[in-house]
Amino acid sequence: MQEHQHLSDKEITDDLVAPVMRSDRWFWSVVGFLGFLMIVGLSGYVYELYSGLGVTNVSRPVYWGAYITNFVFWIGISHAGIMVSAILRLTQAEWRRPITRAAEVLTLFSLIAALSNILFHVGRPWRIYWITPLPPVFIGFDFARGIWPNVRSPFVWDPVAVGTYLLSTILFIYTCLIPDIALVRDKVKSGPAKIIYSVLALGFRGTPRQWKVQAVAPILLSSLVLPIFVSVHSIVSWDFAVSIAVEGWHSTIFAPYFIIGAIHSGVSGVVTLMAGLLWLYKLDKYIKPDHFDAVGRLLVIVATIWFLALFLEWVYALYPLEDPEIALRNMQVFQTPWSYLGLIFLLTGFIIPVGAWCFKSVRRSPMWMFFTTILVNIGMWLERFLIIVPGLSRRTELSFNWGSYSPSLVEMGLVTFTFAFVICGVIVFARIFPLIPPFDLKEGMRFRHVIKVGKKNISAVVRE
Amino acid sequence: MANNSVLGLFIDENDAGDALSALRKAKYQDNEFEIMTGSPYPHGTFGEAHPKIKLHRFPIFGAVIGFTVALIITVGTQLAYPLVTGGKPILSIPPMLVIFYEMTLLFAVIVTILGALFESRLPKIFMGAYDERIMTEGYIGVVVTVPKDRISKAEDILKKSGAESTKRGWEE
Repeated sequence: MQEHQHLSDKEITDDLVAPVMRSDRWFWSVVGFLGFLMIVGLSGYVYELYSGLGVTNVSRPVYWGAYITNFVFWIGISHAGIMVSAILRLTQAEWRRPITRAAEVLTLFSLIAALSNILFHVGRPWRIYWITPLPPVFIGFDFARGIWPNVRSPFVWDPVAVGTYLLSTILFIYTCLIPDIALVRDKVKSGPAKIIYSVLALGFRGTPRQWKVQAVAPILLSSLVLPIFVSVHSIVSWDFAVSIAVEGWHSTIFAPYFIIGAIHSGVSGVVTLMAGLLWLYKLDKYIKPDHFDAVGRLLVIVATIWFLALFLEWVYALYPLEDPEIALRNMQVFQTPWSYLGLIFLLTGFIIPVGAWCFKSVRRSPMWMFFTTILVNIGMWLERFLIIVPGLSRRTELSFNWGSYSPSLVEMGLVTFTFAFVICGVIVFARIFPLIPPFDLKEGMRFRHVIKVGKKNISAVVRE
Repeated sequence: MANNSVLGLFIDENDAGDALSALRKAKYQDNEFEIMTGSPYPHGTFGEAHPKIKLHRFPIFGAVIGFTVALIITVGTQLAYPLVTGGKPILSIPPMLVIFYEMTLLFAVIVTILGALFESRLPKIFMGAYDERIMTEGYIGVVVTVPKDRISKAEDILKKSGAESTKRGWEE
């Protein structure tokens, strides 16, 4: 149960709107540094656009490399954001209040980062609209286009699912943000910012009808977004699993395995973000050790289920004793560099963090949770890399193209770009909108009480 | 038609509740006054009327629209250019289900958001009698919107009920 600390409406407003009203000294230096990383990454992309995909190291037989690994990784991160938010909203968990928006915003920027990887990966990104069923009449100049997208292809399902998820996430965040935009509108005295916030707030005034919609809409939207969330990573996994040509990918367990892996890495991403926010914005009155403890317990369960799925994936692959599959697994376990990478993946993705989270002192420490969750995401990035690259670079019968893969400088630059983009996106979002919803906190504070049992004061939450 | 409105700002929940009772006693109708708060309060805190919303209906409409759009896109585009690939039927149901699923949910979300705006009576272009302190400092606003000849009486009731200040405006 939460430690009790009563805060007035004004205190909550002042604390949580402060990052929007003023720029801390670190803000511009951090944004400048991240902006520099993004420019470096994007300059690599300009070079790639000019020179072609030859500047990457993807080549026969490894056609998917760092970009697709990164795409799957960021789709995974995006999952838990909205999942944490939606499940906690649906179950009306009280401790959700300070963390839901940060989780949703993480989803938003990681989805954009994921989609950018597809642009990096395709040879002719200017033709990306071919994936839409846009009638040729709208694009008369494009004489090359005479056919429609092939709905039988997973590469059509993928943009439909990810596009649905992105649009739903944006709308979900915006709907829940309206009362807080109204708050910032009323805090800002004048100028263009006042006009922009006024337009975005849509004239919200806090009538009982509007608050009731604010209570009902997120629950309805959560119940709609959760099935989208499940479908998106299933469909991403089908990009691999419906192919019969690559042994390591053609597995029926891929959809649940990918989903639980996404939750593992995504919830870890949320914890990393919570710890970062706590330090950057001094939010220790709102994000407490209890929150880390609760998410830490959740992570132990999620990580264990994910490990079971990983184990089953190997069992199902090896049990039929088919030579190509055994050859692939042999390569993953006994050949360098895959063996070293696999060991790092297991240590960072499961063994070290889950071992650490078994201790209450670790779960309640923002610093330890920050580092252990970063370890998880190092492991989860490697997991995707180890699914994609060894699967393609395996030696098969009658194959004359044997080869391996390591990312080129351009690819590494663009992978760095996506990390800088997501961190920068969250920080800039927090400079424009409150990252912890003040109205939600105020409501929670109203229902919070202290019950005296004998000589002990126990904090309690009253529910309507 | 534009109406005059007056806003009373209260610090205490009980005073705001008393103001609503006094307004009812003075024959003001429930649709002529409204409470405004900076954060959600339990329904009935101020004795206000319970707002009825039907937001749960919107996702169903959206889902039906989405499913229809998906059906048109998948069937229509494949029949418009019937190219056999991999020996599979032109209208292959299993992959089409993926598109149906996503579009159904996408339109359910979009229509729910539109429904949320409609049920919230947003966007509201003119704010009427409103004060920033409702959102920023936790004041409780009681706004009465009536024709000009009844506005002074409403303002008196708000002041007598303990309004810290009052403010005039107009609404559509």
